[in-house]
This record gives sequence, structure tokens and C-alpha cells, in this order.
Amino acid sequence: MTSLSDFTPNEMMTIAAARALSNDDVCFVGIGAPSAACNVARLTHAPDITLIYESGTIGTAPSVLPLSIGDGELCETAVTTVSVPEMFRYWLQGGRISIGFLGAAQLDRFGNINTTVIGDYRKPKVRLPGGGGAPEIATSCKEVFITMKQATRGMVEKIDFYTSFGHGEGGNHRERLGITTKGPTLLITDLALWKPDPETKEFTVVSMHRGVTRDMVQETCGWRVRFSERLEETPPPTDLELTTLRELQARTERAHGGKKGT
Amino acid sequence: MAKFQSLKEAVAENLREGDTVAFEGFTHLIPHAAAHEVIRQGIGDLTLIRMTPDIIYDQMIGMGLVKKVIFSYAGNPGVGLLRRMRDAIENGWPRAIETVEHSHAAMANAYEAGAAGLPCAVFRGYRGAGLKEVNPAIRSITCPFTGEELAAVPAHRPDVAVIHAQKASRRGDVLVEGITGVQKEAVLAARRSVVTVEEIVEDFDDLHPNLCVLPHWTVTSIAQVPGGAHPSYTHGYYDRDNAAYLEWDKISADRDLFTAWMKENVLDRGPEVFAQRVKGLHE
Repeated sequence: MTSLSDFTPNEMMTIAAARALSNDDVCFVGIGAPSAACNVARLTHAPDITLIYESGTIGTAPSVLPLSIGDGELCETAVTTVSVPEMFRYWLQGGRISIGFLGAAQLDRFGNINTTVIGDYRKPKVRLPGGGGAPEIATSCKEVFITMKQATRGMVEKIDFYTSFGHGEGGNHRERLGITTKGPTLLITDLALWKPDPETKEFTVVSMHRGVTRDMVQETCGWRVRFSERLEETPPPTDLELTTLRELQARTERAHGGKKGT
Repeated sequence: MAKFQSLKEAVAENLREGDTVAFEGFTHLIPHAAAHEVIRQGIGDLTLIRMTPDIIYDQMIGMGLVKKVIFSYAGNPGVGLLRRMRDAIENGWPRAIETVEHSHAAMANAYEAGAAGLPCAVFRGYRGAGLKEVNPAIRSITCPFTGEELAAVPAHRPDVAVIHAQKASRRGDVLVEGITGVQKEAVLAARRSVVTVEEIVEDFDDLHPNLCVLPHWTVTSIAQVPGGAHPSYTHGYYDRDNAAYLEWDKISADRDLFTAWMKENVLDRGPEVFAQRVKGLHE
């Protein structure tokens, strides 16, 4: 991939995800890739974005990426820190959050996420950490962004467990379950940007990152990929975006003793 | 009325074989020293409640003291999986454990319902989620006013809540600062509570009036254990030992390595080692 020599697919993914956030957003931040994207947004075009981590820190502005959702710096730099019951009751369930930003171990074409088990729940092949806050983040935030690296074992035809509900079997499945929020509206991968089809709710590729081909997207995805008729190319990272991300990661690495906060 | 005791006495007096116990602390203030004392005393057959089992439940499970875990996120925060818990679930080593899995929202609501003296928690949750298919403790209830269907889970009413906090006053009032998690709810939901603290001060007269304080008459036992949250952290005292959390990933990956580590670092030690462990992590 010589055409990507000046930035990595991961960097493009984080920056494309950051761009999707605006200054007015109140964002519930998942750990890992979502956390990097949210903080790059805050350090570039969205300085007033409100970042919330489920440990209870509201309006936090860490100088490095936290290793866990409850790192001390999140509390030190927050506007306020509330208890965990208050976080989930008043702030999340109360409808105060505009964007829930999630990662995924397994994802299907309708934005349903599995982070619970690979295999059968009672006899799992691999026991993953589980949902944490995600089941309610997926249904209580006004909309949900998902970010993950593309791979056939991650983007699958059928997920093993519905940890967090996306669009279910598609169409108006959310509505039928009494869910009034929009659910997944954007998927940001290392290769492309995907949006749900307005009718079927199946994720459709709307933009490919520079140097990426349709074959590359299909080869790393376990379902048959649909491409938008008006497929765009994601603008490559600007110098400011790249510098901001790299400096953030370097600071993070120094702070966590050589390990990145992911 | 809070009793000041050694950690050994506090654990021996409050925890019994077969108890349901909540060791809480949301990344911050995880009561590691108290969990190690329970392991040393070999109090077994426990039902453990905790939002994120973290290293302490990985250790208690790996030592065979646990029959059931009620939880919402079985990860080593920021690192990966909990390998001892996985080994118990996937292979029954050293014994099979029963798991009752919830979301964070359900667990937080269940603690709050316990503190509020209610039999169950009601909240808008689990819509479309697979957990309600595999956990019979997740039910639904219809709002009598609007007809909205809501999730219901039983309240948490542990026999004992165990937490770590910054300070106790001589009278036994307990101050929790920073990320306060669900500790207040866990203590108020429990029949008995054990609190380890970094320090004991004369009184709380100079504190801000709205801080999270558990009055002395809500706490059963207090033990001073400086560094008692390590490798978790205590806001205002020492930072999280992220390297130790990473190291745990390796130690817990192997049964023999785990067993040897537990002997050397837990069974053959006492709570006094924690003060040493946080030297160099001071803010």
C-alpha cells in the first residue's frame, strides 16, 4: 500500500472518526479507538465537545489517552464527576447524550455488536469481557458511531451474541422494540466510511479512504458489501490532524510506561 | 457504629463462608488489600458482586474461593481479558463458577435499589440485548401510568460491602473522593461493611459540605491500610500502577505462574506490604 505511505490505515480511521464529531456533541466515549478519535476531535475542530466516560467523568479533557475508563486524569480535568448510578440514570437514560461511540469485537451488517462470547453463551469458545455500559449506550444515546478495524473474523454475517442492539434484522426493527433513538448511523473502519441504508438499515460503503479498493473492503468483510452509487474518497488527514494524533499517542506512550492507552 | 480494627480482625469478624460480598471501586479505589486478606483467611464459597471483576476477582476465583459471580464487564481494564475467570468459565479450573451477567446500567441500578430499600430496580434497558435471553434475573415491568415496558432486575443486597477510601475521621466517618463509583450505594445496600482507608484524621470539619461522606453509623469496620488499593489508585495519594495491570496479563495466563505468584505476594505477606508497593506512584 505505497499510496498510504504517509499515514497508516489506523491513523486514517481515527481521524475520520474524529471528523464525524462536532463541537456541540455530548459524547459517551468507549475505551480504545473511540477514545482516541474523541480526543483528536477535541484537540482539533471541536474544542468544546463534551466527553463523558462511564466512570462518571463529565466534560473531561485528558492530556493523554486513558488506559482505563476510570483513570485519575479523567476526573481531574472533568467539569464534574458523578456517581456511576447517576451517570447511567440521569445522564445516559435521561437522554442527555448525543453520540455513543463504541468499538466492537464482532459486528454484523446491521450494526449489531457482540463483545460477550465467541461460540455458545453457555459453552463459549472464547469468553470476551462482555457489554459493560454498551447495551444501554446503544439504545439511550441519540445516535451511535462504531469504529473498528476491518477483518473477516470481526465483520461477520451473523454475530454469536447480541451484546448491543443496532438495527436488529434491519428495517424498522428498533421501532418495533420500542427503541426511539436512531442507533448506529456511522461505521468508521480503517478502509472506509459506512452509513446505514435509509430503508433496509444495512451498512453501505459511502466513502473509501485514499488508496483503498473495493476488493480490499470486500476481502476484509464477512458479508457481501454494498457500495453507494455515489461513492466518495475520504479526504486524507491534514498535517494538523496527523500531528495532533501522533503527539497525543506519543504523550500517552510516555505516560503509560511505553504502552498505548488502548 | 464504626469499629477501628486491624484488617485481619475486620475481615474475620465480617466475612463468613458462603456470604454474598461486593468489593467495589470503579477502576479507582479497588480494595485489593482487603481482598488479599480474604484470600489469606481462605473464606470460600463466596458469591461475588462487582461491576468489573478486575484483578481482585480474578485472584479470588483463581484461588477457588468463589462459587458465583454477578458482574457486568469481565475485563482487565485497558489490557484485555481476565484469564483466571475465563479458565473457570471455560474449563472449570480450579472449580466451575456460576455467572450472572448484567449490563453496567443494571448493576448500578441494582445497587441503588438496594441502598433505597427496594426489592428491585426499574430502568429503561436491555432492549434488543441478548443478556435477557440468558439471564433469568432480567425481567420486565409495565409502567402503570404510561404503559411503557421497562427492565427490572433484583436489588443487590450483599451481606458485606468492602471498599477502600481516602480518609476516616476518629469518629469513623468515611470520605470518598474522585471517581466515587457505586461505593456509597454498595455500603448502604449491604448488611455489614468493611472500609480500608489511607489515613485517619482528627475530624472532617474543614471539608467541603457536599463531599461523599459515609457517616460512622453506616460503617461496620474500618482498617487503616496505606496503599490498600494498589495496583488500583487512590485519588490524591498515588496513581494507578498500569504496569502491574499489564504484568497481571502474563501472570494470570499460566496456572502455575499464578499459583506461585499468589503464594509469594499474597499468602506469605500481610497488609503492610501495600504501603511499599505505592512508593514511587505518588502524585
